[in-house]
Amino acid sequence: MRNRRWVFAVLLFLALCLRIEAFKFHRTQRTERISGSAGDVLEDDPVGRLKVFVYELPSKYNKKILQKDPRCLTHMFAAEIYMHRFLLSSAVRTLNPEEADWFYTPVYTTCDLTPNGLPLPFKSPRMMRSAIQLISSNWPYWNRTEGADHFFIVPHDFGACFHYQEEKAIERGILPLLQRATLVQTFGQRNHVCLKDGSITIPPYAPPQKMQAHLIPPSTPRSIFVYFRGLFYDVGNDPEGGYYARGARASVWENFKDNPLFDISTEHPTTYYEDMQRAVFCLCPLGWAPWSPRLVEAVIFGCIPVIIADDIVLPFADAIPWEEIGVFVAEKDVPKLDTILTSIPIEEILRKQRLLANPSMKQAMLFPQPAQPGDAFHQILNGLARKLPHDASVYLKPGEKALNWTAGPVGDLKPW
Amino acid sequence: MKQLTALQQQGRRSNSFRGASSPLDAGVDDSIRSPTTIFWLVLHGLCCLISLVLGFRFSRIVFFLLFSTASSPSTTTISGATSPPERNISGVGGGSRVVVGRHGILIRPWPHPDPAEVMKAHKIIERVQLEQRSQYGVKGPRTLIAVTPTYVRTFQTLHLTGLMHSLMNVPYDVIWVVVEAGGHTNETASLISKSGLRTIHIGFDTKMPVLWEDRHKLESKMRLHALRVVREKRLDGIVMFADDSNMHALELFDEIQKVKWVGAVSVGILAHSGGSEEGELPVIQRDDSKKDDKDPQLPVQGPACNSSNHLVGWHTFDSLLFLEKSARYIGDRAVVLPRKLEWAGFVLNSRLVWEDADKPGWVKEFEEVGRDGEDVESPLSFLNDASVVEPLGSCGRKVMLWWLRVEARADSKFPARWIIDPPLEITVPAKRTPWPDAPPELPSSVEKVISIQETTDKRASKSGSRRKRSSRSKRKHTAKVIDEHVSTRHSADN
Repeated sequence: MRNRRWVFAVLLFLALCLRIEAFKFHRTQRTERISGSAGDVLEDDPVGRLKVFVYELPSKYNKKILQKDPRCLTHMFAAEIYMHRFLLSSAVRTLNPEEADWFYTPVYTTCDLTPNGLPLPFKSPRMMRSAIQLISSNWPYWNRTEGADHFFIVPHDFGACFHYQEEKAIERGILPLLQRATLVQTFGQRNHVCLKDGSITIPPYAPPQKMQAHLIPPSTPRSIFVYFRGLFYDVGNDPEGGYYARGARASVWENFKDNPLFDISTEHPTTYYEDMQRAVFCLCPLGWAPWSPRLVEAVIFGCIPVIIADDIVLPFADAIPWEEIGVFVAEKDVPKLDTILTSIPIEEILRKQRLLANPSMKQAMLFPQPAQPGDAFHQILNGLARKLPHDASVYLKPGEKALNWTAGPVGDLKPW
Repeated sequence: MKQLTALQQQGRRSNSFRGASSPLDAGVDDSIRSPTTIFWLVLHGLCCLISLVLGFRFSRIVFFLLFSTASSPSTTTISGATSPPERNISGVGGGSRVVVGRHGILIRPWPHPDPAEVMKAHKIIERVQLEQRSQYGVKGPRTLIAVTPTYVRTFQTLHLTGLMHSLMNVPYDVIWVVVEAGGHTNETASLISKSGLRTIHIGFDTKMPVLWEDRHKLESKMRLHALRVVREKRLDGIVMFADDSNMHALELFDEIQKVKWVGAVSVGILAHSGGSEEGELPVIQRDDSKKDDKDPQLPVQGPACNSSNHLVGWHTFDSLLFLEKSARYIGDRAVVLPRKLEWAGFVLNSRLVWEDADKPGWVKEFEEVGRDGEDVESPLSFLNDASVVEPLGSCGRKVMLWWLRVEARADSKFPARWIIDPPLEITVPAKRTPWPDAPPELPSSVEKVISIQETTDKRASKSGSRRKRSSRSKRKHTAKVIDEHVSTRHSADN
């Protein structure tokens, strides 16, 4: 009799405990945490795990360029400038290069803008080369490893290939001097010349204040099924289609232009951000390059991204489980896009929305000023920290040369 | 034709590509130049030139056939019919592919929406919105009990349909208690059954009077009766008084979910006069400059709050503002005025009228209110202390409910259930219309005479227009003598 009472008391105690756990789960904001290695990695703190030394380059490589054209602070390649500013005042910065794990070279290669605001990459290889020549002659650390413990931020269209056209970029390949360095870039495509092994893919810069200013109450019902605003045919360069976006965007238009579920057009509405918050799915097709700021916008506004870009490598792919958050559609399956999207089970859609509602996900896509914990700056540092400790082969024996300083097109060898 | 356009396409593409690569390069995936590819390129160029000269497309495959069948010179039959293998325009696996550029644009054979997919998408959207509402909307929504007094008259269908659609759009459970003056009728029953809501249709065996004053009193009695039913059935939820001619915004239903015991919302009063000729409401012109700056404001009834959002009083309706006399009977052309505080502006927790439930001390017992047949003007009579009322809608500043009384005359006719059966076949012109000039029968006058006058001569009406009228009409004898000549005509003559 006594035993039974004890057992009963223990059972009651356990039941209470378990129920409290259940309550805790319920009380959270109905967002899901991606448990396991991938999700927790987003909240890692890089401070204490690595040390970065920032080279002091003359201001002609950074400040003067920015002064010439302040538009560089707001376009989608502004990450290079903000990363520099972040590192200058960050806790991971060290002034003693002997103890540094990583070396950063602040050179703004994507700041030569056309009147329209698009960056011209023609001088970038020479600029980069000139910067590397400077650091290799003034400090011994480049020659020690030929750049293997250096990282560079190259956010332009095809990364360190320094061209906006894919054929030309592939022809050029990655700048020979950067063959051993770690590249932090927005471009990511598997089996592509311009994506080096060990690169860190980052999201393009999207202005955080502007997006915050356009938030609408989350109780506004999502009534648009699929949303997209942008070009389908690049009329200036490829009016017939078939080259731009490998024909995928034109295919979306031709198949779904009269479908009431697809709110797609080429307009530039002022309510673009608000509309994204009222949509269930947001298309993120490739353009001339596979990445696009739409992915960032979709994640911030809780709209499930539909990624139509074969072999794309998405930002922070080792920290964010994109398969669980977004929908991947092969370019050849675009005519069946409506079937694909409507056949996703509703529980999966709700789960993706819960994952997107997770604030750490949104934070990881942003470059806020001043930096906040868990944002894209920290994810870059986490990525760099994950590559530590450096392999012994990184350090070259004295006299050993791995890079070819005269490789590349003749035009690159001219001084900048 | 087709060949010519193909040729033109080829020419145009060479100019349009950004940068310098030639269209010939585009055809080659790798940059490896093997002798065979060069040969084919040269042949392609030659064919282009020949096509230019000939005026139709000259395919490279022709050379295959020429050289393979050396004995039979049957080349003329193949002009442009075949195309080189990598430019396959025929359907690939049932899909179509527009060949442009390097990659082509994939278009499915029927690029139009599929209704089954559209339905599935709508279901997905509905489910997503339900999830959103459960996460960000009202937590633990309570059932809405809407109490509506109504009676059968011309404008009943108009008003009830509007109210019905508002209630159907409410995202919460709704119990609709409809109290009908004049007893339970099929007309009302058939109307409210279309809503798909849970309805409780109660008949109240007193006919609706013609004078507005009496109508207001009877409506109060009907609402009390409905509350009695709520009490008996122990319906749980929030009671709101939805008069059938009022207009409700959907935010109202979200807002009243916040009520704890008794709440009050602001009601916009659309007091309007029956005659359509006057533009504005006849309001007393005030002399002070404040009034001249603003436009005449819409009168609003509801809670009044001080700066710390506590209830301090009530905005009520001031009938003295209106110059002309107000409407006395239903259908009168003068302005129809509400009472001081309308029932519609109040919401109650249904437990307040239950028998034994945990009620706060300041509410009276339900049986005590209106016991002696006295007129219960507003739900404030249920309370001992009016200060416990919770002001809703950001303390009455938001108007989500509009009071309106638009009615036809009590004696106006309309087809039962708005179905014209048998179909109209007789059109009867009238010399002049008997009403609305003539006032209707009021309770003081008694006689009703039904008479049918038929004359064979045709008379046009006063304004020259014909009035369609059924051959039988009710006529009233009043002090004024009405002259009317009615003639029946065959519909074929019209």
